[in-house]
Amino acid sequence: MELRINGVSFAYHSADVLKNVSFEASSGEVIGILGKNGCGKTTLMKCINAHLSPYSGCVMVDNDVVSEIPRRELAKKMAIVAQSASLSFPFSVLETVLMGRYPNAEWFQNPTDHEMELVLDSMKATGIVDFAERSVSELSGGEKQRVLISRALVQDPKILLLDEPTLHLDINHQFGLMELIRKLSREKGLLVVIVTHDIALAARYCDRVIMIDKGTIVASGTASEVITKDNIRNVFDIDADISYDEKIKGLNVFMIGKS
Amino acid sequence: MSEHESVEALNAIRRRTLRKYVLASAVTMAVLVIAFFVALKTGPVFISFDKLIALLLGNGDTAEVHIIRNIRLPRILCCAIVGAALSVAGVAMQGLFRNPMASPSVLGVSSGAAFGAALAMGFGIGSIFGSYSVPMMAFVFCIITTFFVYFLARTGAGVSVTMLLLAGIAVGAFFNGLVSAIQYIVDDNVLPGIVYWLMGSFSSCGWNSFGLAILPILTGIAVIAFCANELNIISLGEEQAENLGVNVKMTRILLLIGTSLLVAGSVSISGIIGFVGLIIPHTFRMIVGPNHKILIPLSIIGGAAFMIFMDAVSRWIISPDELPIGILTALLGAPFFIYVMRTKRKYNMGGD
Repeated sequence: MELRINGVSFAYHSADVLKNVSFEASSGEVIGILGKNGCGKTTLMKCINAHLSPYSGCVMVDNDVVSEIPRRELAKKMAIVAQSASLSFPFSVLETVLMGRYPNAEWFQNPTDHEMELVLDSMKATGIVDFAERSVSELSGGEKQRVLISRALVQDPKILLLDEPTLHLDINHQFGLMELIRKLSREKGLLVVIVTHDIALAARYCDRVIMIDKGTIVASGTASEVITKDNIRNVFDIDADISYDEKIKGLNVFMIGKS
Repeated sequence: MSEHESVEALNAIRRRTLRKYVLASAVTMAVLVIAFFVALKTGPVFISFDKLIALLLGNGDTAEVHIIRNIRLPRILCCAIVGAALSVAGVAMQGLFRNPMASPSVLGVSSGAAFGAALAMGFGIGSIFGSYSVPMMAFVFCIITTFFVYFLARTGAGVSVTMLLLAGIAVGAFFNGLVSAIQYIVDDNVLPGIVYWLMGSFSSCGWNSFGLAILPILTGIAVIAFCANELNIISLGEEQAENLGVNVKMTRILLLIGTSLLVAGSVSISGIIGFVGLIIPHTFRMIVGPNHKILIPLSIIGGAAFMIFMDAVSRWIISPDELPIGILTALLGAPFFIYVMRTKRKYNMGGD
């Protein structure tokens, strides 16, 4: 599966939020997107997921333009965990996760054994089996987030979009989620695009990192190519210390502070 | 792997939920049956319980058979379908708009229907429909209002729920103003009819009314029940629903058509009866949770039972006169609503 973002430009009113953004990704890759607040990260996710239509350029999955794929078909290929998803009605955790099977389910059909196994696996992977019967409106922010991630996994997508997935999670679940994502990408060839503010986590888990500033890609490449002192100073106006760490076999990112 | 973490454990949860649903349906069904017989017995002519069944089957005194089969039975059936219709319309609108306050009156649909009926009663407009002019005019204006409000709420990007609710309130106020104007200018001899209709009543409901309303109501319920799955997902938010593959635009149009059929069918035979679309859905949401696959059938049974019972009370309370049922449902509905509002911390009604 190939995801191609071809020269996407998007404007809400008159000012451009995204300017000629292009990149490609294929199965098994984990792509991290970094940038300041309001740089267009979430807008980019919404363009990828066909919620917003760019005024020029397009987003393609294999050979199809996403905005032309029927919603149900797109949901079989692509799942998203959005930043501000509400769970307002008190459905149980299990009911909520089962909704992820909607694109694949026949009308009013009960989930098959195979589907229930998928549900169980995704609930185990996010550690929510223990409260399967509880109402989502009673859960904490981090628990809700894990329910939403679990529901996205139940969609059994080929492409997974995560908009700040670690935001409400404690350290343990942050690492748990990132390990899970790496495992899914290695074993099942899942293509993952993660928008995050956690530069250290991106450095450690993303195969490729894209840095966006004012709607334009300013750096793109492996973590060590993109997450550099200069780029962090230019984009975030922050001094950082970056070194290779043998223990974690990856970058160690230390934020010094405002320059 | 612990025993807890197995497919069997998840299926056990689903079976427990299903058992709860079956139990709730059985109890509600029993209430409906009781309400049916209580209502059948209630009326100015005393008929004992023993005789009811025989009379229903057409055995016994001709006058009594007539009372049961041609006066009380059709009226009860009208109550049942109207109660079911208004409740299901409420369920659908609250889910669709993720708003616990949503009901047909909020979208201005009831006011539109009232205007159509008032035109027919006040000025004889729509007389081509003959004796069906009032229900037909209510029906026509119901549909017109729904789609008018829907198109007013359309923006470049789509239809926003907030715009829809605001447009509904504005259009509703406009039609209410027109109804008041009609009441102000019409002849004194037709005024009481309009006022009485606006209060809602089943007093003129016979087999004709039942025949008129049953088709739109059954169709409306079928359309909404067909969308139960989508309604579950849409009730979490339209963007999430699209992410999960729901065709939100299509579902929304289907649900709006369904609710206008329900409202049109019910107001055309019983006038404006408020609060039912609020009381019944909230009650059942508190009991069985927000899953529309069970909420819709329970609202059908429970709404029917509630309306049959309320109508029996309205016939009994100031017997031999009748209290318009709209007064009763409002007097009971408002305190109930305040109760729900005050206990909201325990019961999540939806909305953000």
